[in-house]
Amino acid sequence: MLEIKDLHVSVDGKEILKGLNLSVDAGQVHAIMGPNGAGKSTLSYVLSGREGYHVTDGSVTYKGRDLLAMETDERACEGIFLAFQYPVEIPGVNSSYFLKAAVNARRRYRGEPEMNAMEFMKLTKEKMQVVEMKQELLARSVNEGFSGGEKKRNEIFQMAVLEPELTILDETDSGLDIDALRIVAGGVNALRNEQRSMIVVTHYQRLLDYIRPDHVHVLADGIIVKSGDEKLALELEEKGYSWLEKSA
Amino acid sequence: MNNIIEHYRGEHAATKDRLPGAGLDWLDTSRDAALTIFGEKGFPARGMEDWKYTNVRPIEKRPFRLARETASDAAIDTRLCGDMACHRIVFVDGRYSRHLSEPGNPSAPITVKDLHTALLEDADTLEAHLGKIADVSRNGFSALNMALMNDGACISIADNAVPERPIHLMFLSSGKEEITSQTRILVMAGAGSQATIIESYHSATGNVYFNNITTEIRVAADASVEHYKLQHESNKAFHIATLHVEQARDSTFTSFSVSMGAQLARNDINIWMNDEGANCDLYGLYMADGRQHTDFHTRIDHASPHCNSREIYKGILDGHARAVFNGQVHIHPDAQKSAAEQTNNNLLLSRNAEVDTKPQLEIHADDVTASHGATIGQLDDNMIFYLRSRGLDYHTAHALLVYGFAHDIVEKMTIEPLRHHLQATLAGRIPGLDRPHELASGG
Repeated sequence: MLEIKDLHVSVDGKEILKGLNLSVDAGQVHAIMGPNGAGKSTLSYVLSGREGYHVTDGSVTYKGRDLLAMETDERACEGIFLAFQYPVEIPGVNSSYFLKAAVNARRRYRGEPEMNAMEFMKLTKEKMQVVEMKQELLARSVNEGFSGGEKKRNEIFQMAVLEPELTILDETDSGLDIDALRIVAGGVNALRNEQRSMIVVTHYQRLLDYIRPDHVHVLADGIIVKSGDEKLALELEEKGYSWLEKSA
Repeated sequence: MNNIIEHYRGEHAATKDRLPGAGLDWLDTSRDAALTIFGEKGFPARGMEDWKYTNVRPIEKRPFRLARETASDAAIDTRLCGDMACHRIVFVDGRYSRHLSEPGNPSAPITVKDLHTALLEDADTLEAHLGKIADVSRNGFSALNMALMNDGACISIADNAVPERPIHLMFLSSGKEEITSQTRILVMAGAGSQATIIESYHSATGNVYFNNITTEIRVAADASVEHYKLQHESNKAFHIATLHVEQARDSTFTSFSVSMGAQLARNDINIWMNDEGANCDLYGLYMADGRQHTDFHTRIDHASPHCNSREIYKGILDGHARAVFNGQVHIHPDAQKSAAEQTNNNLLLSRNAEVDTKPQLEIHADDVTASHGATIGQLDDNMIFYLRSRGLDYHTAHALLVYGFAHDIVEKMTIEPLRHHLQATLAGRIPGLDRPHELASGG
């Protein structure tokens, strides 16, 4: 599904990713762990097409196409979803209107008929239950005045509604208490199946108790220095990152 | 300059026998005095501090004429704000149109009259109140309006009356030759009354005309008045409007001023809070594109203790448009426990658009809370990225954010048809905004 080869990315003239390789097959969950400043968020943003992230070398192929040649919204319509580490507040833009526009943008892209208000209501009602989100949040402006936990739940709720094929969870666990973490992870797990892939970017192992990865990679100083299975995450939790950085 | 003064003297001479209230000594005297003041002052020069950024020379260059007769066939849908139930008084080219108006038999506690009728039937009341809040010598426009006022409305709301429906004064421009309307509006809201007044300005065509409006509103003790002013003039029109409000004890005044049209629009809003416990909220939204110029000068006088004022103005500028916002708040020496808040936020959608914003707080009392803030900025890249990451294309994301910027002003409008009307107007001005009415469902 996703093939990243020798990816080099610079931000403001500084190289952050220095030859990253990663291959994600359909249905797999890959965890990317690493210390602060390793390039985890850069990877998330470059995959979703944020401006200011300059690919200087390498390639990213998604479903057989050159991902880097696509605009951000085209990537979204092709099934890529980024759950933001810091979801953006958008004053004055109604959540429900925004999400319906997003749903219908994808449908138009795929040549499917647009969803009407009734269908959309039914869909959102069902998905809100998955993340135990209050219905009233949908009537408010996007993320405005939401608590930290509500913002993260809203990301997972949007993911549940949009049903992406490749989800990138960028530090979704940061700032969540254990109950919220369980709810968020429940939302993610509900979406797992053999077609959908996920990249779970996290600093801590604890999220991986709830969202169990098929593969774990350690990102340090712009490259993947070690890959393994779930046990690698536990090892990191125990020993920290310093032993890997030294060996790298 | 002298030529144009002569021109308006000529308009006065040619029409004075037919102007509203002609033959009333006090009014004839006032008009003559105002004409003299206009002759002395002329139109404001850019050297004047209040007119520093707004050049009115283009108004001076054209000999606008008062409409001599009432147009009968204005090609404008007067149901502009949907089927809103209201007392609607329509003016075409500045003249009252009995034919288009639907006053809807306002019952005894309120009277809504065109200026001719009011001066015929209630001359004594008007003598006591007309021009008592507005200062004729304020500038050339004020003087010209007093000298030539050729129509308008007089609204009177009895003590404790609460009219169910808003009173809508609708001003249409028919598209005839270069017309000026010197419009006068007087509103007297009695003690304990509650009323909603709408002034709206529209044009059938994109022609050049000059509207000069003076509105006086007297809000008696415990009364509450909501005033909406929607300016949708032709993009070639000149629109100069001055609103004067005087508030008595424990009264509330709310103003919404929307400025969308005109090549040059200048709005002055002056609020005088005369007695304790008065409260005023001023909301404004201006949008300008191309070479449009829009200017708001607001002044709030806290002349008594325990008064509150709140002001939120937002502007969206594109093309080579220019906007001016000047917000004065004067807290008088005895006005302890005053609270004043002011914000002015501007969104620039083009490199060539320009805003001059100036808050001016003058505080002469010590026990007050006052704040102000002004911003000028562009759309936030983070927000655009967030929306696009969900699949919205750039234009839709852009349109939503522009709408979102204006939304909190729209949302504060309590009259639903007006809110929908404004949303539709915004959608018309912001390409890419689909189904704008659905945006209203939340806060």
